[in-house]
Amino acid sequence: MAQFSSRIWREFPQRYRLEASKFKKSGKTYYPPRDIDPTNGDTENEIVRLPDTGKVVTYTVIRVAPSQWGDQSPYALAVVEPTDGTRVMVQMTDCDVEEVKIGMEVRLEFRRIQTEAHSGVLSYGHKAVPKWF
Amino acid sequence: MRDVCIVGVGMSKWGEVWRRSFRQLFVDAASVAIKDSGVDHLDSLYVGCMSGGLFAQQEHVGAICADYLGLAGLPAMRVESACASGGMALRAAYIEVGSGVSDIVMASGLEKMTDVDGDGATAALAGAADQEYEVFHGATFPGLYAMMAHAHMARYGTTSEMLAAVAVKNHKNGAKNPVAQYPFEITVEGVLNSVMVADPLHILDCSPITDGAAAAILTTEEIAKKLGKPYVKIVGSGVATDTIALAQRDDLTTIRAAGMAAERALRMAGKKLSDVQFAEVHDCFTIAELVVLESLGIYEPGKAGPATVAGETSLDGRFPVNPSGGLKCKGHPVGATGVAQAIEVYKQLTGQAENGRQIPGSPKVGMTHNMGGSGASSVVHIMEVA
Amino acid sequence: MAGIVGYGAHIPRHRIKVEEIAKVWGADAPSYKKGLMLREKSVPPPDMDTITLSVEAARRALIRAQNVDPKDIGAVYIGSESHPYAVKPSGTTVAEAIGATPDIHCADFEFACKAGSEAMFVALSHVDAGHMKYALGIAADTSQGAPSDALEFSAAAGAAAFIMGKENLIAECLDQFSYMNDVPDFWRREHEFYPQHAGRFTGEEAYFATTRGASNALLKKSGLKPSDFKYAIFHQPNGKFPQRVSRELGFTQEQIDPGWLAPRLGNTYSGASPIGLSATLDVSEPGDLIFMCSYGSGAGSDAFIWKVTDRINEVRDLTVRTHKLIDENLIYVDYGTYAKYRHKIKKNN
Repeated sequence: MAQFSSRIWREFPQRYRLEASKFKKSGKTYYPPRDIDPTNGDTENEIVRLPDTGKVVTYTVIRVAPSQWGDQSPYALAVVEPTDGTRVMVQMTDCDVEEVKIGMEVRLEFRRIQTEAHSGVLSYGHKAVPKWF
Repeated sequence: MRDVCIVGVGMSKWGEVWRRSFRQLFVDAASVAIKDSGVDHLDSLYVGCMSGGLFAQQEHVGAICADYLGLAGLPAMRVESACASGGMALRAAYIEVGSGVSDIVMASGLEKMTDVDGDGATAALAGAADQEYEVFHGATFPGLYAMMAHAHMARYGTTSEMLAAVAVKNHKNGAKNPVAQYPFEITVEGVLNSVMVADPLHILDCSPITDGAAAAILTTEEIAKKLGKPYVKIVGSGVATDTIALAQRDDLTTIRAAGMAAERALRMAGKKLSDVQFAEVHDCFTIAELVVLESLGIYEPGKAGPATVAGETSLDGRFPVNPSGGLKCKGHPVGATGVAQAIEVYKQLTGQAENGRQIPGSPKVGMTHNMGGSGASSVVHIMEVA
Repeated sequence: MAGIVGYGAHIPRHRIKVEEIAKVWGADAPSYKKGLMLREKSVPPPDMDTITLSVEAARRALIRAQNVDPKDIGAVYIGSESHPYAVKPSGTTVAEAIGATPDIHCADFEFACKAGSEAMFVALSHVDAGHMKYALGIAADTSQGAPSDALEFSAAAGAAAFIMGKENLIAECLDQFSYMNDVPDFWRREHEFYPQHAGRFTGEEAYFATTRGASNALLKKSGLKPSDFKYAIFHQPNGKFPQRVSRELGFTQEQIDPGWLAPRLGNTYSGASPIGLSATLDVSEPGDLIFMCSYGSGAGSDAFIWKVTDRINEVRDLTVRTHKLIDENLIYVDYGTYAKYRHKIKKNN
């Protein structure tokens, strides 16, 4: 479905640079960034970037996909835990979906995520690829 | 709080109801409920509806429902909490009667899901997930629950056969339910051989797309007695929320909000979990029923699968779950589901379950659990024979 | 003068073999392989484009640059004939993704296969002139060849990025030279999906004449001769052209080998000689001289002389080597998958 481009644009820091918020009191990091630390209500935080490697915590293979992703179906979707212990949900790409496993080491790569029809705006972000170097 | 009773219920036809519109489905269910209860008026109306806008381009749901029920002028309001909208509408009606603000309130739920194509329905339902950090990346609801399933399998050894056993059991119950969308039995092999939607969930692990409405009349015990119809008491109501995105939960194998909602409902009812004899739970996917039963505390983590296979949650088991056939078999018009769950508990407690679907031994206390999204909201009600 | 302080490449994992394409069009695979001197080409999956390839290559360049704050990068230039948008720059997304905005100059370049070396040329010039501390020049393409056209056997995808600076160089640019004349050998009109070319006319009067023009001029200007160089890289629309032009200019096969990638990568268009340079830097030693000459239809060539510094030994293996990206971890696709990935199949929207 068409998304007005301001909605995509607003998320660029998180999607393009994997920016997260790290809170002063608890030391906890949240992705996407939050204004309030749910553990203690703290609002003092700094922007940090997630590490670009991590492992698969859980996954699925979407075989009946919205037509938006028809060109890439079936695709694996995973909860990935970067090495700082945060968690992100991303697509897996550049891999045989049958090879995806819990615990698999992955790298987060910059990819095109959504293509709005033939003429709409392109959305970029990160996907996970099997770590091989 | 005053005691609050359910004194009459009604459901529209459930399924792919091509000949009835959004507003007509509501009128079908609401008219039956009014007639069933014998009330001569309503003081207000709540309609649980997840996405009239995306499914039927119809917002302003409270007004249109009151209007076409022939009751323009009636206070009416839509309640939304994704797939838990119906349960939340029930809670709103319960609080309004219990608080003394109104005496006779209709709690209803409604969804017309087949006037959009598959992409349209998927997109509307996806509104219950984190649009920017789940749906953006290609997450679908089967996908989110499938990720819970893989985590559950890895941690507890849950198998696809155990998941299939949930669907088989629910279809066995639902085959006897006259309103069920798919009133027939299925087999474990049938589930395992059905098309894979999102590993490890097959199409027969998933609840369907359904048009339907459900309505219940809530009132005081005093009025319920006067009406002279069978009624049950709602004795506890609990709600809880959790992170909207699955990835942000520490434990992907439990649904924390379900447990918190149940604890609150039981505390309000002054009951222990062991007092509850059966439940209608939110089996939008087979894995959801197992995780919810464990999160509610009915089973230890990892034990709901083996218990289902052993028949403990069957109609004649130790703790019957989803005697109606559940979302899986009965259908899942998302806004209506929570109300329909309460209708099933009402029927079971008043001995009105059809076609040999009655739980043996005349149970006295039942529970409904209705859930939104991947578990970011849950609403639990405890109901008891009057 | 100024030079390279960080470099990096990115190449899709997917490949299609010449045989697989030839089979569909009834073409004779052995004669194509021999004639073009290439075996297979890289294929970008649907979630890769010039922007994503550029971002990954730029991130690797930043890793090898060590300690370069992206905020100190004063310009990002991307050369490509496959910018994802007709109107809207690729460079803004790349600059945003590497954290180099907002105090930065940005431009997308287009000059057929020469756009990438142009980006490098301009980035280098800005830094050399003292306009900015660092400038990023990126060469990236996900080029398309029309189905059944000879170009379909070679049109490939890949990117290389170079951070130019004046200190802590990996390779100093001793000199650069640009040569250009108007030759209609290859073009794609606005709104057209596939490019067209003038067949054999793209050879002698276009590729060879222009490459020789730029190379000879730079050699003369620098006073260096082919034997002074350890390595040389030329644009490679196929395996054969760079081999022939290097021989004509007096370079040996050994000199071009590390950067002669077309036989197993295809023609990465704007990326071709820049990726070749990245692969060559990977194997070079301090003091090595590297000759590089791009070519873009239309037609022009940018030529560079690089002198590798001691720092190469420190940074070479901070991230993946280009040859590893070309030779390892490959996924071979059939023509149907390739056609789907490259949007060659008509569908309802």
